[in-house]
Amino acid sequence: MSQLNNLTKGFLRENPVFVLLLGMCPTLGTTTSAINGLGMGLATTFVLIMSNMVISLVANLIPDKIRIPGFIVIIASFVTIVDMTIAAYLPSLHESLGLFIPLIVVNCIVLGRAESFASKNSLIPSAIDGLSMGLGFSFALTLLGSIREILGSGKIFNFEVFNDQYGMLVFVLAPGGFLALGYIIAIINKIKKAIS
Amino acid sequence: MEYLLIIISAIFVNNIVLTQFLGICPFLGVSKKVSTAVGMGGAVTFVMTLATLVTYLIQKEILDTFGIQYMQTITYILVIASLVQMLEIILKKASPSLYQALGVFLPLITTNCAVLGVAIMVIQKNYNLLESLIFAAATAIGFALALVLFAGLREHLDLMRIPKGMKGTPIALVTAGLLAMAFMGFAGIV
Repeated sequence: MSQLNNLTKGFLRENPVFVLLLGMCPTLGTTTSAINGLGMGLATTFVLIMSNMVISLVANLIPDKIRIPGFIVIIASFVTIVDMTIAAYLPSLHESLGLFIPLIVVNCIVLGRAESFASKNSLIPSAIDGLSMGLGFSFALTLLGSIREILGSGKIFNFEVFNDQYGMLVFVLAPGGFLALGYIIAIINKIKKAIS
Repeated sequence: MEYLLIIISAIFVNNIVLTQFLGICPFLGVSKKVSTAVGMGGAVTFVMTLATLVTYLIQKEILDTFGIQYMQTITYILVIASLVQMLEIILKKASPSLYQALGVFLPLITTNCAVLGVAIMVIQKNYNLLESLIFAAATAIGFALALVLFAGLREHLDLMRIPKGMKGTPIALVTAGLLAMAFMGFAGIV
């Protein structure tokens, strides 16, 4: 039961983007379309699961003083793996995500989970925590990406909803990212208050 | 002239925060007061320029020479993290007053993705050393400008009556959106 609880917390209760407000740069930078948001979310999920697992295993071996640099090196190795894999198999996604793939290293969620969860828990709970947070992050990015894509170009996952001449281009550009995320968080705050 | 274009482009047209979405965490985190925003802006300018110098030399002299470009991400983040740590130690000894002003912001900079972002960007754009340094410094000034402007706006927001659900982060994000829209006006001047 507690593992199930661990698995579901990432979606709403402790959603990294909407509630914890971590990892804002990729959240805003890559969500110009639903597919980009999903791709970024899944890449981060992979890094989260793998780094959480490795860190939970080696945390006791790393001296406390160099803990953070040690974690960063582990995370950076997995980011490099993801970077090279996406470049090889999904070159178009690699091009549209661009700089944001190497920047997963400095995504606060990954280091945050390593520090606050994986370094204190055993292998299986850490892997589940990574999966939960990663999927919550992917969910948030896909939602934001879908909203921006629909409002901006009338499409969702490249299926046309309405003609893109009625789209508001600003939502695909930078300001729309801030506006859309601001309103989503406001709505979620409202819902949370209504429930409690 | 070429350098002037790089500067204007990096500060206004391609502002790192408002059009490229890098460094959003400190942008939202330390923008509650103008004075802290100025301190953070100064610290970032300092670290970003220095980090770009060091990573550029490492890229050209070590990674390219030995053909191990795939080590870029790992090397850069380690260099930036240790550089920040070193700066903190040196500043503490050499210039206590500067340390007082910048000290608290230094550890936060390691996780500022703008620093790593700029270090990678200058390699992707194929800039030479001087261009890279100018680009890094100008980008950091753009970051500081956005941060200070935003902090000024937020100080005023505190005095406004805001709908309950919008308080805090949501209204800050909407404000940032409007600021980004204003910066869109610079598009096309370079």
